[in-house]
Amino acid sequence: MPSFAPHTEEEIEQMLTDLGMSSLEELYTSIPSTLMRTEPLALPKDLSEIEVLEQFSRFGADNSAVRSSLISFAGGGAYDHDLSAAARHLGSQSAFVTAYTPYQPEVAQGVLQALFEFQTMVARLFGLPIANASLYDGAASLVEAVNMAVGFTKRQRVIVSTGVHPGYREALATFGAGTHLEIEHLGLAADDSTIFGSSDGDHAGAAAVIVGYPNYFGAIENIEQARALADNEEALLIVVADPIALGLLRSPGTLGADIVVGEGQSLGIPLSFGGPYLGLFAARTEYVRLMPGRLVGETRDLEGRRSFVTTLRTREQDIRREKATSNVCTNQTLMAIQAAIHMAWLGKRGFQLLARRNYDGAHYLASRLSEIGLVPSTAKFFREFTVHTMGSATELQHRMLQHGFLAGVVPPNLDDRLVFAVTEARTRTEIDGFVDSLMKELR
Amino acid sequence: MKFSMASAPGGRAASSPLMGDAEEPTIFELSVPARRSFSLRDTAVPSMDLDEIQSWVREDAVELPEVSERDLVAHYTRLASRNYSVDLGAYPLGSCTMKYNPKFADQVAAIDGLTNVHPLTPPEAIQGWLRLLDELEHYVCEITGMAQATLQPPAGASGELTGLLIMRAYHASRGRKPTKVVIPDSAHGTNPASVSLAGYEAVTVPSGADGLVDLAKLRELVDENTAGIMLTNPNTLGLFEREIREILDVIHSVGGLAYYDGANLNAIVGVARPGDMGFDIVHSNLHKTFATPHGGGGPGAGPVAVVEHLVDFLPGPLPRSLDGGASYTWVTPERSIGRVHAFYGNAVVLARALAFMQYLGRDGLRTMSELAVLNANWLKTRIADSFEVAYQQPCMHEFVVSAERLKAETGVRALDVAKALLDAGFHSPTVYFPLVVHEALMIEPTETESPQTLEAIAQALEEIVATARTDAAAVFAMPRNTPVRRLDEAMAARKPILTEDQRQ
Repeated sequence: MPSFAPHTEEEIEQMLTDLGMSSLEELYTSIPSTLMRTEPLALPKDLSEIEVLEQFSRFGADNSAVRSSLISFAGGGAYDHDLSAAARHLGSQSAFVTAYTPYQPEVAQGVLQALFEFQTMVARLFGLPIANASLYDGAASLVEAVNMAVGFTKRQRVIVSTGVHPGYREALATFGAGTHLEIEHLGLAADDSTIFGSSDGDHAGAAAVIVGYPNYFGAIENIEQARALADNEEALLIVVADPIALGLLRSPGTLGADIVVGEGQSLGIPLSFGGPYLGLFAARTEYVRLMPGRLVGETRDLEGRRSFVTTLRTREQDIRREKATSNVCTNQTLMAIQAAIHMAWLGKRGFQLLARRNYDGAHYLASRLSEIGLVPSTAKFFREFTVHTMGSATELQHRMLQHGFLAGVVPPNLDDRLVFAVTEARTRTEIDGFVDSLMKELR
Repeated sequence: MKFSMASAPGGRAASSPLMGDAEEPTIFELSVPARRSFSLRDTAVPSMDLDEIQSWVREDAVELPEVSERDLVAHYTRLASRNYSVDLGAYPLGSCTMKYNPKFADQVAAIDGLTNVHPLTPPEAIQGWLRLLDELEHYVCEITGMAQATLQPPAGASGELTGLLIMRAYHASRGRKPTKVVIPDSAHGTNPASVSLAGYEAVTVPSGADGLVDLAKLRELVDENTAGIMLTNPNTLGLFEREIREILDVIHSVGGLAYYDGANLNAIVGVARPGDMGFDIVHSNLHKTFATPHGGGGPGAGPVAVVEHLVDFLPGPLPRSLDGGASYTWVTPERSIGRVHAFYGNAVVLARALAFMQYLGRDGLRTMSELAVLNANWLKTRIADSFEVAYQQPCMHEFVVSAERLKAETGVRALDVAKALLDAGFHSPTVYFPLVVHEALMIEPTETESPQTLEAIAQALEEIVATARTDAAAVFAMPRNTPVRRLDEAMAARKPILTEDQRQ
């Protein structure tokens, strides 16, 4: 029988004898016989490892949209970056891959210290004093941030810019059904930036104001205005930030955000068809006891050596149970470690240069597209921007696939727009080729 | 009692083989201004002006470390050497199913056509992924006895909340607003937390003296305000709830739904199915039962499968074929509760789990569970002289013993036993859970440990008990051979230092 159990037939018999049993079925006498299956599962029989690998190679071959054969200008929360070999190799060491949550810190200093360093990097990136050890993805980080703001303010109303990633907003609505969240939306101006409204007049008080930075359509939002609205509503300001943008732009924390969340896939994690990704989460120190997820802190061992441990555990679900404001247990530790390694590989200068390359590429593409009549809705963007297509954007995207390009992302329910993203992986030749092909299709 | 297994050398890796016990500098302490590792391609893109965004441009670069690639590699290699893992040795951490993670699945996760695909690619160019996910959904449904499943939830707790929101949407569709969800007192902490986040009140049903749900007490608790029940079966004590049909009948009789927490599915794959027991919603922890690596705390995957009358509420989008399998596209059910993940869940983890299921096949999956249960029962019986076995009936894939007698006699607690086991070279069991057993040690050997390793664990535990009786102070001082010794956890919590910059 194929299995990763090491037992020989003889050993199984010996163990059963030790237990006074004569068959494996006897192990299950506590299950009522009516519930015991007599038929095998209606599944295929076992395969050798090479057959499984061949099967998965076929799955892979049936995806024509692979990075090596399709030139991508798509973003929308998942970005086509060049990845470092260091992050892949160091992050896939089996000591990280096959460990679990560091419940026994004496034998988990590797994961714990790597997470402590990750928390430091995220906090510096976002311009806030503390960060957690990761959540599932950008959407989960937003949902957890809102739960935290609701817990802190004891209010159910949140004000969300429609510029926030639609998938994240949908997840917020899904989970908000359980927490009785009242979601109010702020619309966008023609330049895709949020209309914050006047800061005087009636206000009901909100738990949080939520804005993207840059937002889903690419526009760099005015965080000071968002802060003013939050102050007026006595709400927390939650910013959903693109971490790569912060190599060039001022950190949301220094601009007044209380909580900054984001998707960390850009920090060295492959596109992976949407997961596993990495939820980033940073906040002001006063919210530390309401933070979701794991926190790694520094301490000393019996002999006075610096060491690391998960701390403030009383926030967590296994201790607070029904009073917990978050149910997170398993998170995305391995992705956090890989991201930390990748950030360290890029380093202070590399990260800055990378951000600039993203900016230059996107603005170069925008200038070329403007020449053929596809004018971005704003010039105030980082690496992603929106153009209005004349006909169906989905149709155009479909036709561009035949040219070997992934032509941006179509926003849900807005089939006359395409959101383009450019990373440091795109060369001038590729950008020019893309514009030429688009020109042919639009002619 | 006499046992037939001999202990074998090896397999005791938590302490001695690890690198020395000197502090490892942080990556920031290794940083030297202007040192670098990075290497970026020349894109030939011209430099574009920053005029329009000038007011947002930061003045200083983010203070990331500046290290050579050589130093980077050394640092993270040393960190890895200071960490225990399944690949090093036994990890009998109850309720976590720390089984061996096969290497061929790492190769699956590295296939270019799977990892380098953008999630927002039009369906025509991602047929392989859609087919793969559809096939996994089929395996999950067959194993659990359900009709359809969402693969989006990225972890077990996320699956719980997803399932409870489906429960909520179902009741709302019938014009009902029940308020309570029943959970047993032995439940994992995520259960009550998820219940609260789903807007329900968690009501606890006590366990009887046999460790099983007290059916009489359950009947008293349940009324028309009961939305449903959340159960693991086997439960967290490693015991099968024999009266599961009766329990679920009580819930169904008031219009409630039954949620199966798949945390303990490793005991019963191919042997019994939650659907046959009467459950309506089931989540599976693929990172436990189906051997995807735990990653130091994640990523996981927690698909949620449901019975036929709940499929309309599943989160979308789902991979579906509208032409009999010729091609696949995304479909969102009409009354979907909405997305629970930005994209489609932890896709690459899902691929690994499917590869594992295909490798084992219908018969290997059952053998997997049978041997997990065999290992647990054998080890439980083997150490019964050292610790009190909390419940006498045969266990499933894990069991709980108590160190209460040892504590009374020697002062050595479950925590001390856990720490001492590290010195013997093994990872510790889960301690102080479930809450219903005092000084609990919850042990889950999984099917991938050999009988020789089980014997070695048993001998290590016996030795700890013997040491406790002669020299308790020696046990309190353990572990001694790990990279660091016991930590001052109170100091960490009193004035938290969570980043390099918070250090005085």
